Amino acid sequence: MSAAAESATGPLVVNGTRIDLIERGSGRPVLFLHPENGIEPAVAAIDELAKSARVIAPTHPGFGCSELPMGMRTIDDLSYFYLDLIDQLDLGDLTMVGVSLGAWLAAEMAVKTTARMARLVMANAVGVKVGDRETRDIADIFALTEPEYLDIAYCDPNVGRRDYKSLPDGEVLAAARAREATARFAWNPYFHNPRLKSRLHRIRIPTLFLWGTHDRMLSERYGRAYCEMIPGASFEPIERAGHFPHQEQPKVFAEKVMAFAGAQAA
Amino acid sequence: MRVYQFTEQPYYPTWNDHSGSLRVNLPNRKCDPRIAADLFHRYYDEWQLSDELGLDIMLNEHHQTATCMSSTVVVVGLSVLSRITRNARLLVLGYPIGHRPDPLRVAEELSTIDVISHGRLDMGFIKGVPYEFSASNQNPVAVMDRFWEAHDFIIKAMTTHDEAFNWEGEYFNYRQVNVWPRVWQEPHPPVWSTTGSLTQARLLGERGYVMATLGSGYNTRPLYDAYRRGYVAKWGRAPGPDRFAYLGLVGVAKDRDEARRRGDLVAGYLRSSGIVHLPFRNPPGFLSVEDNARLLRGETPPRSYTKDRRVISMHSASVDDLIAAGILFCGTPDEVFEQIVDFCRYCGGIGNLLMMGHAGHLTHEQTVDNLTLFAREVYPRLKAWQQPDAEQVAAEAAAPGAPSSRAAGARPGERVGAAAAAD
Repeated sequence: MSAAAESATGPLVVNGTRIDLIERGSGRPVLFLHPENGIEPAVAAIDELAKSARVIAPTHPGFGCSELPMGMRTIDDLSYFYLDLIDQLDLGDLTMVGVSLGAWLAAEMAVKTTARMARLVMANAVGVKVGDRETRDIADIFALTEPEYLDIAYCDPNVGRRDYKSLPDGEVLAAARAREATARFAWNPYFHNPRLKSRLHRIRIPTLFLWGTHDRMLSERYGRAYCEMIPGASFEPIERAGHFPHQEQPKVFAEKVMAFAGAQAA
Repeated sequence: MRVYQFTEQPYYPTWNDHSGSLRVNLPNRKCDPRIAADLFHRYYDEWQLSDELGLDIMLNEHHQTATCMSSTVVVVGLSVLSRITRNARLLVLGYPIGHRPDPLRVAEELSTIDVISHGRLDMGFIKGVPYEFSASNQNPVAVMDRFWEAHDFIIKAMTTHDEAFNWEGEYFNYRQVNVWPRVWQEPHPPVWSTTGSLTQARLLGERGYVMATLGSGYNTRPLYDAYRRGYVAKWGRAPGPDRFAYLGLVGVAKDRDEARRRGDLVAGYLRSSGIVHLPFRNPPGFLSVEDNARLLRGETPPRSYTKDRRVISMHSASVDDLIAAGILFCGTPDEVFEQIVDFCRYCGGIGNLLMMGHAGHLTHEQTVDNLTLFAREVYPRLKAWQQPDAEQVAAEAAAPGAPSSRAAGARPGERVGAAAAAD
């Protein structure tokens, strides 16, 4: 297979909604679900994963240049959209990989059906409420300035910093769309679905939680409590990474994902 | 012209003690309820005086802020005023209905106020300023979809009299809707709204609602003309001046220096309004993606213009610049009359002046004199003043390439007014 055939970026139409999709590499399929900061910062991790897998990385509806279907406003809505997508692409034996909001999305899909899924990787996942009603499990990122946000979300804030004045128009628009789409899906209830916790027992495929240990948007305690809600799930920290370990440590991130996928396959 | 006296009922004693944010997260331990009580009674006294002076009354609503204690304006403010005033129209501008969890309750509250006041209610429905979303926890994304469904529901609830109806919409669900008491004014109290966007202005024109702007100064005409084009397209005639409202700060005194002092104190409203923790100023989805992309690039469009097209910041401008921008009307009664008339001519007619005759540190005595002097020496002349011919103004607005169809620096659909969205 030529290199060109192994790497493609283009639109895909699912139920009449056109989204962008990166397809890269060959081997067992990995569906990569990006977090709230969009697909651009995930490209290095996608490349790493593509060294030993066929990576399918869509840009969620409402993010990047992907259209947003009328009436779509919850992660639950989004989960049905992606269940349709994996049916349409006839994917099987899937390794589901999600980061933060993407991990929440992966969990929402998996509680509905894991028929096409072989394993699940949840990195710095949001999606559930762990503490009591007066404990803020997840930092209110919409109440933070940009420097404050970068400081809690990254081990090295420089990794997340972007110079919007020098970026191409498309990337600036994508950043603005990502912020809006995140709020659309996660403003209230804030970054979680109160119903999800009671459904997680339905996930009966091998599950790995990866955790950037410098994340201060979420605590590791939150991650470990979430992990315990999925039967048999294991937990692995990633050092020198914050809320977006795929972005700060793409190589380590991909190695851990592929080691997990390989071990499960063997 | 009608004139509505407006104050935000500010809790000004904390204005110099706020650590950078007067709104949303200023701890309420800084509020002394005894001082707040005295201020409330004083402000209601001043509105009562406004009624006696023949002025109408405007209230608005903000939450979790020392700039404005009118947080429960309909259930408390209008309730008090509908009982202690006799003649004044009572305008709420506005009620942020997109934030409310329960528009049925909104319809009940407003209908009751309309009845108790014997039909003096004007209903201003607004989007709400950016800082309100953290307080209400309503999603700022697509809030206008929620707003319009709430609006449609409220109007239907006020105009349905023969049988209970059902509502199962995108955002709200009700069974057996049947509001008691029914509204006094038929078919429903007048609807007002605010905007700073040309697209929304045209839409309000098509609906025929009263459109108000604030802080738009000598950038108001394009908004009014967008409204005129929408109105003419829908109704086949020009909108009269009564369809337009403008919020102007007023400092008037017989002595010019005292007038300046009053203008400067009233401008405290503008200087305090932007003091809010940065992230609360622009929640996601409040502005369009395109506007947010421009902000990310550090491009902030000019907001307020003087008559001679100088850009000013209304949050920090001098009294002279605020006067030059048509945001503050200030001076002797003669000067204030001339400034208002000059601005009305520029706008092509304004039927409703929303007069901020009190704000900030203006004392009770100064406020009483400000209102009394205005009511006795300016207002009668404004009432007698002949507004521009509405048909002629609308024809000018419709002419292709009309200068007034272009806001300086604004693209179609873009906001042209400062803070104009939604007080």
